[in-house]
Amino acid sequence: MTEVIRVEGLVKRFGDFTAVDGVSFTVQQGEIFGFLGPNGAGKSTTIKILSTLLKPTSGTAILAGYDVVRQPNEVRQSIGMVFQDPALDNRLTAEEHLILHAMLYNVPRSVLAERIDQVLKMVGLADRRKSLVRTFSGGMRRRLEIARGLLHHPKVLFLDEPTVGLDPQTRAAIWEHVRRLRDEIGVTVFMTTHYMDEAENCDRIAIIDHGKIQAIDTPAALKRRIGGDLIIVTGDPGLQEDLAARYGVEVRRVGNELHFQVAAGAEFVPRVVADFPGRIRSIQVKQPSLDDVFLQLTGRAIRDEEASELDLMRQHARRVWGGRR
Amino acid sequence: MHVARAIYTIWLREFKVFVRERSRIVGMIGQPLLYLLIVGTGISSGMSLNNAPGGMDYLKFMYPGIIGMSVLFTSIFSGASIIWDREFGFLKEVLVAPVPRWAVAVGKILGGATVASIQSAILAALAPVAGISLSVGVMVKLLLLSFLTSLAVTSLGVAIAARMESMQGFQMIMNFLVMPLYFLSGGMFPVQSAPAWMQKLMLVDPLTYGVDALRQVAFSHTTVELAPGLSAPLVEIARSGGLIRWDLGVDVAVMAAVTLVLAAAAAVSFSRAE
Repeated sequence: MTEVIRVEGLVKRFGDFTAVDGVSFTVQQGEIFGFLGPNGAGKSTTIKILSTLLKPTSGTAILAGYDVVRQPNEVRQSIGMVFQDPALDNRLTAEEHLILHAMLYNVPRSVLAERIDQVLKMVGLADRRKSLVRTFSGGMRRRLEIARGLLHHPKVLFLDEPTVGLDPQTRAAIWEHVRRLRDEIGVTVFMTTHYMDEAENCDRIAIIDHGKIQAIDTPAALKRRIGGDLIIVTGDPGLQEDLAARYGVEVRRVGNELHFQVAAGAEFVPRVVADFPGRIRSIQVKQPSLDDVFLQLTGRAIRDEEASELDLMRQHARRVWGGRR
Repeated sequence: MHVARAIYTIWLREFKVFVRERSRIVGMIGQPLLYLLIVGTGISSGMSLNNAPGGMDYLKFMYPGIIGMSVLFTSIFSGASIIWDREFGFLKEVLVAPVPRWAVAVGKILGGATVASIQSAILAALAPVAGISLSVGVMVKLLLLSFLTSLAVTSLGVAIAARMESMQGFQMIMNFLVMPLYFLSGGMFPVQSAPAWMQKLMLVDPLTYGVDALRQVAFSHTTVELAPGLSAPLVEIARSGGLIRWDLGVDVAVMAAVTLVLAAAAAVSFSRAE
């Protein structure tokens, strides 16, 4: 496999605030690589640096063999970008968006018609070629943006929170398309998300929080790190200490529940019930999810930041431009 | 070559969107027309210009200023639309394209100026309403002057908007920059009848020169009858009354210089913005 992205010691500071704090990773060609973290963790800042929209304070990022600081134009030509907020114009048709994109990216006129057919088919919009984007649903807009991002045959397709604001069915459809792209044309997909269930679709995930990468691995391997199944019990006061003492595990209190991990959850249930007769009110066994991985790595659940000025504009944009989602 | 195509792409998008957006065209032409028909007619029937030369009425006087106003509002709005566009529109797509930032700014400025010129052409065609005669030559010159003025104002809009983060700020710009630019342009009242301190402000308002140029070109094909058998060219009447102050060449030179400075400022401001 070839490496398409190599990031080393990337740092971005805004005044006193360190948004990206020494991030290093590599992405292989044909991989679906996910950046998972809460809002404000540094995901978007990293993507902006990789797509040359921001300059890093220090560190290097090489994309498709080009340095993002020294060779921004080569990098731009090598990437396709789908933003968190739609970057479409309601008053233009699907085809016009693609033509304008082709003009900006030097797609030769001789291959343009064929390329437009190709990408529109790929995302299932071939029959809406001449329609104004105004008439598109949220999912169709996203698909059009993905098609546009692929038009100039980039090495890497960036998807920044590609499914935010979409309904579950549309989200599943978008994922379907992303996987097909990878399989059919071998494009590398770099995406950010704060949806845990979505991150499961990635080949590898980097969990990022407070600008630092906490772990990078496949979803399955990350979940294995948790150390088996999650046991959630409720019961009398004092149970937390007694459980910890008895089984030598770390027991966390989450609300009125007690969480801890054991290797084999199903077999553990009869044992704990026998060991603490009458003291356990409820017990459940959970396969670890990425939520649990995140909780364990960072000590808290994924949170939402307070709304910034940009978020307020974003909400307004959804009302005004969003149309049917 | 590639840069030229990029500029053309940005321009093309502005133009296509303008053509599609009929409600905006109606609004952008409707506002100055309302000013002309209501404010202009109201003022000219209730008040008269101080020391106005014979043959000059307020509606004629105000008409070129209305074209200037249309150019001003349309252009500043085009420039400011990049605030919105940068976060939620087509511009974002352009910013990650392999295209230099300054080319994006130039395309945007040219697009805004084209749109503003088309609108002033429509307004100019209505000149006979104010008693001003037109010819093809006058129309072409008005169009060119509108384009030049609009280049300057759109550049100003881009230069400011490149550094602004929200649309709320734009309202401030409208109130404290655009309206004064218009009021002080000599479009609503003549420079010479304003108090001295205001005249100083009017002379640094670049739009003053744009309106002066528009006025002498708009008047250039019109003759008014002062008395039976005695008529005079409107442009001479206006000039002798001090309503036209400079030669056309001076106006154009000032506007061109201002345009160059503002366009450079816009390109720099836009290139540096993150």
